[in-house]
Amino acid sequence: MARTRPVADVPRWVRAGAIACLAAQFAWGTMQPPPRAEAEDLSPPPSPGVARLLAVGEPVAAAKVLMLHLQAFDYRKGTNVPYRNLDYDALAAWLELILDLDPAGQYPLMTAARTYAEVPDPVRSRKMLELVYREYFADPNRRWPWLAHAAVVAKHRLKDMPLALRYATALERHTTAPDAPVWVRQMVPFILADMGELEQARILIGGLIASGQVRDARDAKMLERRLQMIEERLAAEATGAAADPASSARHPPATERP
Amino acid sequence: MSILPIARITLLEAARSRLVWLVGLALVASLAVAGFLQQVALIEVREIQGAIIAALLRACAAFFVVLFVVMSMVREANDKFLELALSQPMPRAGYLLGKYLGFAAVAAAVAVALSLPLALFAPVAHVAGWALSLVCELLIMAAVSLFCVLTLSHVLAALTAVAGFYVLARSVAALQIIAATSPDTVALAPRIADWIAQGIALLMPRLDRMTQSAWLADGGPGVADLAGALGQAGIYVALILAAALFDLYRQEL
Repeated sequence: MARTRPVADVPRWVRAGAIACLAAQFAWGTMQPPPRAEAEDLSPPPSPGVARLLAVGEPVAAAKVLMLHLQAFDYRKGTNVPYRNLDYDALAAWLELILDLDPAGQYPLMTAARTYAEVPDPVRSRKMLELVYREYFADPNRRWPWLAHAAVVAKHRLKDMPLALRYATALERHTTAPDAPVWVRQMVPFILADMGELEQARILIGGLIASGQVRDARDAKMLERRLQMIEERLAAEATGAAADPASSARHPPATERP
Repeated sequence: MSILPIARITLLEAARSRLVWLVGLALVASLAVAGFLQQVALIEVREIQGAIIAALLRACAAFFVVLFVVMSMVREANDKFLELALSQPMPRAGYLLGKYLGFAAVAAAVAVALSLPLALFAPVAHVAGWALSLVCELLIMAAVSLFCVLTLSHVLAALTAVAGFYVLARSVAALQIIAATSPDTVALAPRIADWIAQGIALLMPRLDRMTQSAWLADGGPGVADLAGALGQAGIYVALILAAALFDLYRQEL
């Protein structure tokens, strides 16, 4: 290491100049508008081939950086209407590209299901839910949490029971991961019950209990309780229909939540 | 005044080194790439050629200037030229400013030479604006390289520091954007990360705003773009030269 002279040996004009230039740089930096990723700046992504070329052999790292950058577009802290200007078709294409670069990454589908699908715009929300649904089949045992969340969004936020049922059916048929909770594969009868298909729901829950697939005692107890409720509603409907057929048609059964 | 002879020696060194060959090679390579792109692109051929070649030439220009500054200074240090120069009645500031003037002239020449092929793919006025911005960018990089090699003395350390600086200066805006989008608005850690990113951005020149390939296709740089590049280059070069002078005056030779 070379020896250095004390700071006092530096001419005063050099010291003053350095401080003045530093102040000028700070002032210049402060005057510049802060960079912002505006919604209109989000153009369609390149093809997967071009993206892999640009990733120079590091597709996973490129996917992570792209994801962090993507989530900054049209982001406004504390806004009530997030992502209102964002082109959701371009957004979906970017998310698919990121999944293509890093298929094991959970971030794109997490943001699709939990961030972009929860906007107060049903059209945009549905685009994200459909993206989650499409991509779920590529790796059901890793991506089930996001389709399960999509089913919940479809049911409670969009109030679209057929859509929720489609997602729940996919979960039931394709999710075999041992770490997936039992309720993930049991959403179908609950949604059917909410749709008023009580008889089908009763048969499915009864079949589940009888099959012995439900090993957890609490899950089994919950299913039995739900089965009992459905049977009570069926009995009440049967009684009500017999007494006043018009009344039961006017008052559909109350919804249940899984 | 001792500045001009030193600058002249530096220019002579550049003319006699392989830098000219390297620039020529880059020009030939860029034309070859343009020919290749013409064969594979279906539409917007000129735009694709202009954008890709501009990005390549910009990176080449920065690389050549940085390499020349670092190698020149290290060679002089090994040859004890600095000691010899300072044994004459020459202030350290004169030596440093003379070296920088020479490097700046080399940087401007490299920028102009490497901008020439772009005139084949974009209007001359757009290319001229792009070239002026490239000159500003290279002036900054020459000053930073000079500072790093004076401070760190070693080729590897200096080149690594300059490369890190260049990457950071080109990506600091993205860093700021990412740091500002933490979903957690209450926790302290993301706010600190945001402050750090803002602080770094204040200290760095915004190279991402300079010499954009989009200028070649989308109507050229505006007056504000060029004024911003000139202003940033003026302030940043003065800052880095002041820091380099400060360091040079503290060194015990």
